[in-house]
Amino acid sequence: MGEKKSIMDKIAESSRFFTTGIDDKDIEHWVTIHIMGRAYKVPAGLTLMQAMEYAGYRFITSCGCRGGFCGACATIYRNVGDYKLYAALACQTRVEDGMYLVQIPFVPAEKANYDIGEEDYDYTTIVKYYPEIARCVACNTCTKACPQDLEVMDYIQAILRGDFEKAAEGSFECIHCGMCAMRCPAGIVQYHIGQLVRRLYGRNAFKSPESLKKRVEEIKNEIYEKDFEKLLCASTEELKKLYTERKRESD
Amino acid sequence: MADLRYIEGYPEYMYELIKVIEKTRSKRKDYVPKQMTMEEREEVLKVHPDFASGGKRKIKIGVNKGDTAPFEVADLLEAYPLIDEGDVDIKKPDYDVDIMIIGGGLAGTTAGIWANIKGIPRERILLVNKLRHGDCNSIMAEGGTQAADRENDSPVIHFIDAIGGGHFTNKPDVLKSLVTDGPLVMEWLEELGALFDRNKDGTFVERWGGGTCRKRMHACKDYTGLEEFRVIKDEFQSRKIPTIEHKPVIELLTEDGRVTGAILANIETSEYQIVKAKTTIIATGGFGRLHIRGFPTTNHYGATFDGAVIAYRAGAKLRDTDTVQYHPTGAVFPPQIVGHLLTEKLRSMGAQPVNIKGEAFVFPLEPRDVEASAIIRECYVKNNGISTPAGLKGVWLDIPLIDVKNGKGTIDNAFPGMKRMFGRFDIDIAKNPVLIFPTLHYQNGGIETDPWGKTTLEGLWVAGEASGGVHGKNRLMGNSTLDCIVFGRKAGISTAEYIKSSKGGGKLTLKHLERYIKSLKEAEIPPERKTPILLPDYRGKKALARSIKIF
Ligand SMILES: Cc1cc2nc3c(=O)[nH]c(=O)nc-3n(C[C@H](O)[C@H](O)[C@H](O)COP(=O)(O)OP(=O)(O)OC[C@H]3O[C@@H](n4cnc5c(N)ncnc54)[C@H](O)[C@@H]3O)c2cc1C
Ligand code: FES
Repeated sequence: MGEKKSIMDKIAESSRFFTTGIDDKDIEHWVTIHIMGRAYKVPAGLTLMQAMEYAGYRFITSCGCRGGFCGACATIYRNVGDYKLYAALACQTRVEDGMYLVQIPFVPAEKANYDIGEEDYDYTTIVKYYPEIARCVACNTCTKACPQDLEVMDYIQAILRGDFEKAAEGSFECIHCGMCAMRCPAGIVQYHIGQLVRRLYGRNAFKSPESLKKRVEEIKNEIYEKDFEKLLCASTEELKKLYTERKRESD
Repeated sequence: MADLRYIEGYPEYMYELIKVIEKTRSKRKDYVPKQMTMEEREEVLKVHPDFASGGKRKIKIGVNKGDTAPFEVADLLEAYPLIDEGDVDIKKPDYDVDIMIIGGGLAGTTAGIWANIKGIPRERILLVNKLRHGDCNSIMAEGGTQAADRENDSPVIHFIDAIGGGHFTNKPDVLKSLVTDGPLVMEWLEELGALFDRNKDGTFVERWGGGTCRKRMHACKDYTGLEEFRVIKDEFQSRKIPTIEHKPVIELLTEDGRVTGAILANIETSEYQIVKAKTTIIATGGFGRLHIRGFPTTNHYGATFDGAVIAYRAGAKLRDTDTVQYHPTGAVFPPQIVGHLLTEKLRSMGAQPVNIKGEAFVFPLEPRDVEASAIIRECYVKNNGISTPAGLKGVWLDIPLIDVKNGKGTIDNAFPGMKRMFGRFDIDIAKNPVLIFPTLHYQNGGIETDPWGKTTLEGLWVAGEASGGVHGKNRLMGNSTLDCIVFGRKAGISTAEYIKSSKGGGKLTLKHLERYIKSLKEAEIPPERKTPILLPDYRGKKALARSIKIF
């Protein structure tokens, strides 16, 4: 028993750095970053998010999934001696000495409302809801601003050509952080347009599987009810037997 | 740390160890360790954090008094409200609605749409979020969603897989709802335009999940949750259903054991608001940010068990509070992403856990608790783990094996998300294996529900990870996103029907708190302990020690 407990203690101890606030005594290497203009000395090797927390910030906005999926932590930064502005996800980007950063907790952009089942599966639907797409001057600023490294301009151009497959694929990994729209000189809201295109494509480009239709019919006709009646009153022993006797379909 | 020489994203000593596993790769291509027998499973589970001694105690007060729960969970239940009597004027509601949904992940967002489809006008629905609408666990689901829609499969087989995986502790009638509605939900997602992985003929690509005997995992590359959620959110927003962001619910309001509304607090300004609601759906998700037993987590920032805490005070019953799901494969290196998930789909497509000697030591697709235990045993009992510079231990997940088995390019195509995550830290998962260890992943138990999402309290529904019963003491992969959409839909339909039969509503009171506070005092709970905690606190120790209150 004692030994098992100590396994858990060892795990907790080794993970402490990642589950509670960071203690200075654990740190060997440091860098300096500037959060909204103020300089902070922070441990090297942290993400921007961890570094801000180390510096004493407790996020109430600009922090969502912490895993690179939600776009809440979009951050703009500049490095010392570099004229360029970069966009990054604070939860997925390592701190570097001399960074100047600020977070963008909210993107004021309007999404169109539609009933996807009623819309035509072509370019006219896009211009109906987002006419500004025609103003794209192919400057590629959106692509440069994308922290997911998507080819944003390419998918916008694909939409302009009516190539929804390419646009759906090109925008598939978009997490809607909105940095493209914040930088677009034409006021295009790329990520909302990408969403509309993907839904149109997903709804119209594929043949629905026969087996799915059939199964839905079977369920509506309650053909499994009898089996379930038995299962719902089966004893644990009976269920165990059914479970161990399952045959695994072949790979 | 920074003095180490790095090669392809790894410190030199780890890079050397990778060669060991490269040597055994071709042999392991056709070798899969045998599945464990029931006895072997029992044995290895002894090192699972749920069963290893310590870490838990009996709940001292409330409906589940006497049940066992992890310290971190029991502490939150045995705690005082954030507000004192007289702090708030609950008489004048700021919102008066038919349905209030708390938490907009897959479950809550789906509930709103279905209530609207079933005839509740959009302005009579209100979705309340602690963070932004979509900052949630749902959006992070990678691997897939189960649904029994293939010819050789059926809801019955799905039922048996899930109840065995749950150690026969699932609530059978609720589980039946889950598996029978699976195909209906897939049909709905298809209509909404969700982009699932498909074969050329339009059929879904369906793969293995841990503990299943059929291939029924539907995925959208490794961004399944992102795709499902953003499509559902887009539908929700297109219906113009009112949503509030950054205003967590901090307490429910009740009258005679019936839930009648809630108190919200603006997370930036702290101003409170009152919602009067005929029905309430709790869809607040899980509890990974409690770091139970000190484990890192896969969960989003707001996964702090709020829904269960406020429902429990109001008198709702919880279930299976003693079990926690640790996902077998969390990242342990690089340090920036410790705890992050490596989807089970990697193992469904052929990746293997491998120890320091290059041996495949466990069948890659055991149910999660068994798989996780085998990895803990390998690292801490058999000492076959690999240590990272930060002091963590793990075993390899041999991802490149996927390309060996399925052809070059499979990894790039099926796992763009994983590839990006590691690529940001110079590791190419198609070339090198990565280090993994179990990570705190999922709240198995929760607020007890019936097959329609109704709780034991009148006026209160629950859906998604916040609920308890459907998965029993262990959930299978792909059954949770399914759970959210199935029971989100059911809760939406069920609340709509309830309202149409002119039920629901009542006075707004905090009477339930008076009773709860009385028992807290009797149990001598320290008055400083206040919940819900809303967000974890990761501020650096030094900054925190010097922090003073100046306003
Ligand atoms: C990394 C990861 C990968 C996963 N992969 C899979 C998978 O492949 N397949 C699968 O089936 N499942 C998977 N899961 C599990 C599954 O995604 C979740 O269990 C499920 O999506 C939970 O959905 P939900 O709607 O219940 O909760 P969530 O999606 O977490 O949403 C709950 C929402 O409620 C909000 N909230 C919390 N407290 C309050 C409050 N007090 N007031 C207002 N709002 C509040 C939260 O901030 C959040 O926005 C995964 C989970 C994670 C974390
Ligand atoms: S917090 Fe979600 S992407 Fe960074």
